[in-house]
Amino acid sequence: MNRTTAHRLSEFIVGLLFGWGLLISGMTDPGKVIGFLDLAGVWDPSLALVMGGAIAVGFFAFGMAKKRTSSFLGGALHLPTSRDIDKRLLLGSLLFGAGWGLAGFCPGPGIVSMAAGQPKAAVFVVAMIAGMLVFEWVDRLGRRALPAA
Amino acid sequence: MTIDWNHFTPWASLAGGILLGLASALFILVNGRILGISGILGGLLRPQNADAGWRVAFLLGMLAAPATLSWVAPAGLVSAPRIDAGYVTVVIAGLLVGYGTRLGSGCTSGHGVCGLSRLSPRSLVATGSFMAAGFTIVYVMRHLF
Repeated sequence: MNRTTAHRLSEFIVGLLFGWGLLISGMTDPGKVIGFLDLAGVWDPSLALVMGGAIAVGFFAFGMAKKRTSSFLGGALHLPTSRDIDKRLLLGSLLFGAGWGLAGFCPGPGIVSMAAGQPKAAVFVVAMIAGMLVFEWVDRLGRRALPAA
Repeated sequence: MTIDWNHFTPWASLAGGILLGLASALFILVNGRILGISGILGGLLRPQNADAGWRVAFLLGMLAAPATLSWVAPAGLVSAPRIDAGYVTVVIAGLLVGYGTRLGSGCTSGHGVCGLSRLSPRSLVATGSFMAAGFTIVYVMRHLF
């Protein structure tokens, strides 16, 4: 197997495992997400365990990754380099959180629920892609207006 | 605070969370990539992208998840989703999630799982912000209106 095939195969398998994780954890159930976000109501703490379980494993993996210079398959390690805590990060995250709370879908669970045949999830994903395209368009206009930035 | 014991699924959520962590671990260690859904999908929508292959392979894996899991997992492992939002709300939510995750460079997976695992202050601020916005919106929808 050549290196590109190995990459494509492992990326597919990781996507599959991630999708299974979302389904098993309950993240694909908007009722569960909103139950977690509803602190003032009858609270479902499940999502805290999802995050806790994921970060417990991720912490060791990223600790290992930081010490390496290349991936197991021999490619570059694309670790984020941006450290800016700016208006874009804050405003973007607040808008995302508002949308997440409104319907109970974040991007991954939206895509997996669409694949599970949920019509509302499919509508969510189409609207999400539209929102991303609007961002690309606004971002490009902004860059053209401010060529120095 | 009252706990919703009827819907609380500690073991399934912990097991699913560990699987999410494992997938994120494999992605950075084997493929050298950050597992962030909004970034993976959003990168495909850029006018010039020469790196569509890995993004498409990953997303195809995600799309194959529900059918394959139903072959291997016992019935009832995945609970039926409860979607209370109407179509108009779903559209508004999708637009906000799409625009917001691209402006803020990440979502629950990229900032929430990978970023916090890396102890990134930037991702901690992002995660705190989207959680705070989520708590606020749900409070307003469920308890004020």
